[in-house]
Amino acid sequence: MNFLKRTIPLVIAFIMGVMMVFQYYVPHEASQSLLKVVTRWGITIAGFAVFIGAYSLFHLHWNKIKRKFPGWGYSIFVFFGAGITIIFGLYNGGEFFLHDKQEGTMFDWMYFNVQVPAGATMFSILAFFMASAAYRTFRARTNEATILLVAAVIVMLGRVPIGAMIWEYLPPIADWIMSVPNMAAKRAILIGVSIGAIATSLKIIFGIERAYLGGGD
Amino acid sequence: MNRDVSITTWILIAFGIVNIYFLTTGKLSFGLEGLGLITAVALTLAIYSFLYKDNPAFKIVENLFVGVAMGYWIIITWFNILKPDVLEPLIVPLFKDTGKSPQYIVIIPTILGIFMLLRFSTKLSWLSRWSFAFVVGLGSGITIPNFVHAFILKQMEPTFAPLYTGDILGSINTFLILLGVVSVLIYFFFSVEHKGVVGGVSVIGVWFLMVAFGASFGFTVMARMSLLIGRVQFLLRDWLGIIQ
Repeated sequence: MNFLKRTIPLVIAFIMGVMMVFQYYVPHEASQSLLKVVTRWGITIAGFAVFIGAYSLFHLHWNKIKRKFPGWGYSIFVFFGAGITIIFGLYNGGEFFLHDKQEGTMFDWMYFNVQVPAGATMFSILAFFMASAAYRTFRARTNEATILLVAAVIVMLGRVPIGAMIWEYLPPIADWIMSVPNMAAKRAILIGVSIGAIATSLKIIFGIERAYLGGGD
Repeated sequence: MNRDVSITTWILIAFGIVNIYFLTTGKLSFGLEGLGLITAVALTLAIYSFLYKDNPAFKIVENLFVGVAMGYWIIITWFNILKPDVLEPLIVPLFKDTGKSPQYIVIIPTILGIFMLLRFSTKLSWLSRWSFAFVVGLGSGITIPNFVHAFILKQMEPTFAPLYTGDILGSINTFLILLGVVSVLIYFFFSVEHKGVVGGVSVIGVWFLMVAFGASFGFTVMARMSLLIGRVQFLLRDWLGIIQ
């Protein structure tokens, strides 16, 4: 049983990992179609994983309602929102879910009139919280903090018309900060992250990193 | 509490009056388009009410948004992934004469996908490891050559470009990029004690990092501001029609 539970997954990860590494260096049509097929398989498996997320979310909110946790009434709206969207999606403008997705249905209406405005507003509200947090925490106590503060202020002012009205050189300085020191640091971080990702990938392929197997035997 | 209730009541009354006025004067159309606009405005105002304080209207919209987003992804997953990649090539030809033979190879990702759902079974959850192993192994294999190519070699190439480009300012910028990349990498290199020359270079790396963090912060704030402007424009132009 241990063979099925531990060894087989390690073998699958090893075979897939080695195969995909070699696939990259084989510029043959068969190699390209292999990449296409297995990538699509990966997407299909990830498609099933959406239902794990859905189960997790619904289970959490169902428990909140069942056990009457504080604020349980709000959880009803999760089911209401999901339910109505799924019903509209499956109804598919009268064509039902076995046909191709239709355009301009109530499902699209939900997307454009609920999800898009609510999502954009949720993210826009962060502007207030970021400004408030910055006001409370940004203090030029050290050289490093001063550099960070000055860079942030220049980039913010350089991106709006008032920046150019204050000083005409602010926008080009903001652009320079973005394209020279900012890019240099981001490039170094990217190189570091990539080396880390490659090391982790190698550890997964060779079975050293097994956290993805989860706990238990 | 009474003050909050009265504020909410007045806002709801004002919202109702404004929309009835717009509907009766023809500024808003009766039908799905008008209803969509009113819904979007109501959601926007309910979310912005959080700026006053946490309140039931915000919590309702927050939960509704989560539910709608989940419903949206379930339906999109069905139409974009499961239907074209599992139902149509494998299941439909098995039960219906479509003139195409079933693609039995699709059984592999289908079974692995079903195994993934067994994560919640106490006895068979170990089968989900096969699916995770497939996805993780695939991702690792794709990551290694692509990251080496795109994020290491391609990033190093312009970093180590000739310093003198024929233009003094351009050359200074090229030098600064080289200095920034090397000093930040040295700052993150913990196998050597940060003393002496290494310590000095890593301090320069910290300065570059601080500029990058400041720039990222400023850039993110302005991106959020842009969204905020978009929402305010929506309220003032699309709904109230105050601005053009």
